[in-house]
Amino acid sequence: MKKNTIFWMAAFVAGMVAIPGQADAMHLSEGILPFKWAALWSAMALPFVMYGLWQVKVRGGQDVSFKPLLGLMVAVVFIISCMPVPVPLAGTCSHPVGTGISAILVGPFISVVITAAALLIQALFLAHGGLSTWGADIMSMGVMGSFAAYGVFRALRSMRVSLGVSAFMAGVAADWATYFMTSVELASGIRGEEAFVPLLIKIAVAFVPTQLPLGLLEGAMTAGMVVLLYRKRPDLLVKMRVLSAKEAAV
Amino acid sequence: MKKIVMVILLLAVAPMMATGAQAKWSGVDETVVEKFAEEHGRAAVDPLINTDQGDLLLFVFLLGGALGGFMAGYCYRRLMETPGKGKARTEGPETEAKAELGRPG
Repeated sequence: MKKNTIFWMAAFVAGMVAIPGQADAMHLSEGILPFKWAALWSAMALPFVMYGLWQVKVRGGQDVSFKPLLGLMVAVVFIISCMPVPVPLAGTCSHPVGTGISAILVGPFISVVITAAALLIQALFLAHGGLSTWGADIMSMGVMGSFAAYGVFRALRSMRVSLGVSAFMAGVAADWATYFMTSVELASGIRGEEAFVPLLIKIAVAFVPTQLPLGLLEGAMTAGMVVLLYRKRPDLLVKMRVLSAKEAAV
Repeated sequence: MKKIVMVILLLAVAPMMATGAQAKWSGVDETVVEKFAEEHGRAAVDPLINTDQGDLLLFVFLLGGALGGFMAGYCYRRLMETPGKGKARTEGPETEAKAELGRPG
């Protein structure tokens, strides 16, 4: 009975989000933010990217297979964050962010680097986001998405919550945190003389009908990937420091 | 299994129903980001590199694929082999993790 309920709930959520149509995305486009705000978000994102690059160098030196894995993760985040999903409840489309899985597997700082690379390719060649808003998009998707996911995952694991549930919540956190940060960036950039908080709430609420179900989809997707890895290749999760050897052997 | 087939069928039929009900599925960049930005006097501008011209995007993908493939091939040894050993890496954290789990490498 319980299994049945879970199955149909999952089917309902999948049905809500999987009806296709014309699609677009969340990244802040070229010209949306005034220059000073675009510069500020870029400056804030820079230390995260630099520290992430240093971590890539260190871990790449320790393990020769790390860099190919990193390339693969960039491809995963690039594809997931380009993937428009229609949400029939809202009649609009949006995309998951993919930083949940990358933060769980390689840690939040390296996940920021991965996101920065994916966003740069999208901004350069797909008109998805923009070069002037690259820093702002790194802050929302890379920094907020990765750190929210990693924080939630680690906190739940420390409370002995199961791997699948922890990964699900991490995926949800990555998605919702990204769109909340996008709302903050947009509200602060466009508000002019208007009060910040009411505008932020208005923008965040406008994202809710689309991102509420999409966040759940992202959670399910993240949990699916982590659980699949656990079942097929637990040694990889140990290698990526997601699980201890003792946990993987249980 | 029956349930899974039913869900797949429902998902396959749903688009047809939805297409009739809703002519346009705008992205949240239009319905939220650009809408609020325009209301406050900001508008998106054309991207600095506009690949949405004819088959230019296909060419860019071709170029990217060729360049990426060349770089991966050129750096194959650095990517896949242990420095100084000249052979594919068989030892390391992955092998150690497998050994700890008692699984065959």
